[in-house]
Amino acid sequence: MSATNGSSEPRKHTISVLVENRFGVLSRVAGLFSARGYNIESLSVGETLDPAVSRMTLVVRGDEFVIEQVTKQLHKLIDVIKVSDLTDDSHVERELVLIRVNAEPQHRAEILRTADIFRAKVVDVTQVSFILEATGDEGKIEALIELLRPMGIQEIVRTGKVAIARGPKGKAARKVEPQKRARPVDDPRVVGFAD
Amino acid sequence: MSGARMVLECLKREGVDTIFGLPGGAVLPIYDVLYDFEGIRHILVRQEAAAGHAAEGYARTTGKVGVCLVTSGPAATNLVTALQDAMMDSIPIVAFTGQVPTHLIGNDAFQEADNVGITRPCTKHNFLVKDGKDIGPIIREAFHIAITGRPGPVHIDLPKDVLVKDAELIWPERVHLRSYNPTLDGHPGQVKRAAKSIVRAKRPVFYVGGGTISADASPELRELAELTQVPLTQTLMGLGAFPMAHPLSLDMLGMHGSYYGNMAVHHSDCLVAIGARFDDRVTGRVDAFAPNAEIIHIDVDPASISKNIPVAVPIVGDCKRVLAKLVEAVREELTQEVPAAVREARAQWAEQIAGWKRDFPFRYDWSDTVIKPQYVMQEISRLTDGDAFVVTGVGQHQMWAAQYYRFKEPRRWCTSGGLGTMGYGLPTAMGVQAAHPGKLVINIDGDGSFQMNSQEMATCFTEHLPVKTVIINNSGHGMVRQWQRIIYKERYCAIDLPNIPDWVKLAEAYGCVGLRVSKPSELASAIEQMIKTPAPVILDVIVDKDECVFPMVPAGGANTDMILVPPTREVRDRAAKSQTGF
Repeated sequence: MSATNGSSEPRKHTISVLVENRFGVLSRVAGLFSARGYNIESLSVGETLDPAVSRMTLVVRGDEFVIEQVTKQLHKLIDVIKVSDLTDDSHVERELVLIRVNAEPQHRAEILRTADIFRAKVVDVTQVSFILEATGDEGKIEALIELLRPMGIQEIVRTGKVAIARGPKGKAARKVEPQKRARPVDDPRVVGFAD
Repeated sequence: MSGARMVLECLKREGVDTIFGLPGGAVLPIYDVLYDFEGIRHILVRQEAAAGHAAEGYARTTGKVGVCLVTSGPAATNLVTALQDAMMDSIPIVAFTGQVPTHLIGNDAFQEADNVGITRPCTKHNFLVKDGKDIGPIIREAFHIAITGRPGPVHIDLPKDVLVKDAELIWPERVHLRSYNPTLDGHPGQVKRAAKSIVRAKRPVFYVGGGTISADASPELRELAELTQVPLTQTLMGLGAFPMAHPLSLDMLGMHGSYYGNMAVHHSDCLVAIGARFDDRVTGRVDAFAPNAEIIHIDVDPASISKNIPVAVPIVGDCKRVLAKLVEAVREELTQEVPAAVREARAQWAEQIAGWKRDFPFRYDWSDTVIKPQYVMQEISRLTDGDAFVVTGVGQHQMWAAQYYRFKEPRRWCTSGGLGTMGYGLPTAMGVQAAHPGKLVINIDGDGSFQMNSQEMATCFTEHLPVKTVIINNSGHGMVRQWQRIIYKERYCAIDLPNIPDWVKLAEAYGCVGLRVSKPSELASAIEQMIKTPAPVILDVIVDKDECVFPMVPAGGANTDMILVPPTREVRDRAAKSQTGF
């Protein structure tokens, strides 16, 4: 029986990782992904309430088997405190994008209208261009980009996704548990997470 | 106290008695303190990788953390191979490297390298010390991380100014890391499930790896095996975890493992992996590995579970603790009547295995004129009564040693399993000898492998480490020749090592003793003479260069595709078609 048999189709997972805010920790996480051949689609890092702890939000594409290994390997890093896969839990995710778009006279009104619909802000105006700032989930950002594309987008800068579990702290964000596969793995402690 | 003195003081407090090292600019402050520091023996190696391997040998055979100390730049990069070796084989070592002063870091200074950047993927963890007051806590954490959970190498990079400046020594009594708490006790429910499966299985097999040795779980393992009467096969790293002469022992499994070991695993309906990680050299083609078995996996590293093969009953925990609980659970299970069908099937299984053992033992063709390498292993095993510390290089000799040396106890065997580091033998044997003065340490090496670290004969001589090296001399890279013969249609390329140097003269050049033997009839007395000699010895054994390691599973093949004897042309063609690389 192959290890990959019975695993699901690859899809995007949003993984939230609490790490010690130490020198080299980003490199450890990035190195793990490159060394094991996993792809990071986006990565964002920032301090938490406790300045000694940072949160990384990773978007990774993979089937259940790959994601299980990703979370286990992440947790194996000494500086990683906690790993949560938010994908199948109720959570809010947001991304911020800055878009520099051509603003020809005949398009200016339409761009502003579109921005308004998407609750995007115009943060810079010139004779020939606007810079829009928008936040939202991936779908909204993609939709905005698609609508602006015909006007001529000069440049896009995206932050990568940040995510937070809904509800009171600690309720929704269950710890990552091994996925059910051809051979059942139902020991809740298999990941051996420290808490 | 200066940072340099603090380092040595902390090592002493950690109970370190021996360090392996080589000085240089950035670590000179430490060596200046070492000049009249008492309680730590420093062993000066000739190349930095040797310091790392020696620390591995020390660690594997004592169960303590091995320590090495080298300077910055090229010394640190030389050490990388040993770190990765320890990483793959889960050997606890703490490696110190020097670094340029903090204000020069990133400046392309003399002998500067991004040490922590380079060692990050090949250590369990690493540290760059930026402030003297952190030295104590970091060394505490490093030793804790190295030896707990799944053991591994930890690297500490020490900039020179941190070593020179005075700071206050902080020595935490306890180490607490909120982000690192290995699970040690197995889940009781899973242990119970495992016990039930083992007792009710019709064709159970234990598959035992190096984790059993790291956890010192041999007594519990033996108790479990004898209680359940389940046959047991060991991995290359696990050799010695269970006495090989025991009737339940199926010797080693895997690519060059025993036929009976591999067949038992293949046909089992319940495979219990204990401190083993389903390495590709063990499983062969994963979809054909133990296809009908319910797999129970005991391992301290959750990431090893279901990594290569899906596992039905995962038990994360320390092997020693889990096996002790498993013994209890099995006893509990055995209070109930085992169904007659199971008892009958188990008797048949035992008979089947006995049949495989009888019909397909490790074998080779005897010769009166040329020494067969397997015979060398048998004789070393016999003349040392399975009681020596045995270290190997990497190659054919390593596999023959694994197949033929009859280990009785754990922590007597050091070999580079995961990384397959040629040149591992001699420096590791030095570390073993330093840890066990007066004990017999034999480095079984190949003429190719030995040459990669033969300079350490100088260390053996000057540090009074009477390591006995047996060179299985087949004038070439034998394992590569074997692959080219079987899989690459005898297109031999870049494998010949004509008899250069003369190993006897080389031994003598290093102040050691050199012996040579080429007749089977003289082998035993040569080995006896080697053992009797109080100095370091090289015994050059001229063996049959055409001998191959069998059985053999070609890479990418299933374990049932084992080649038992030198293959026919047809088998070779088939192997050539299926080959997927070394």
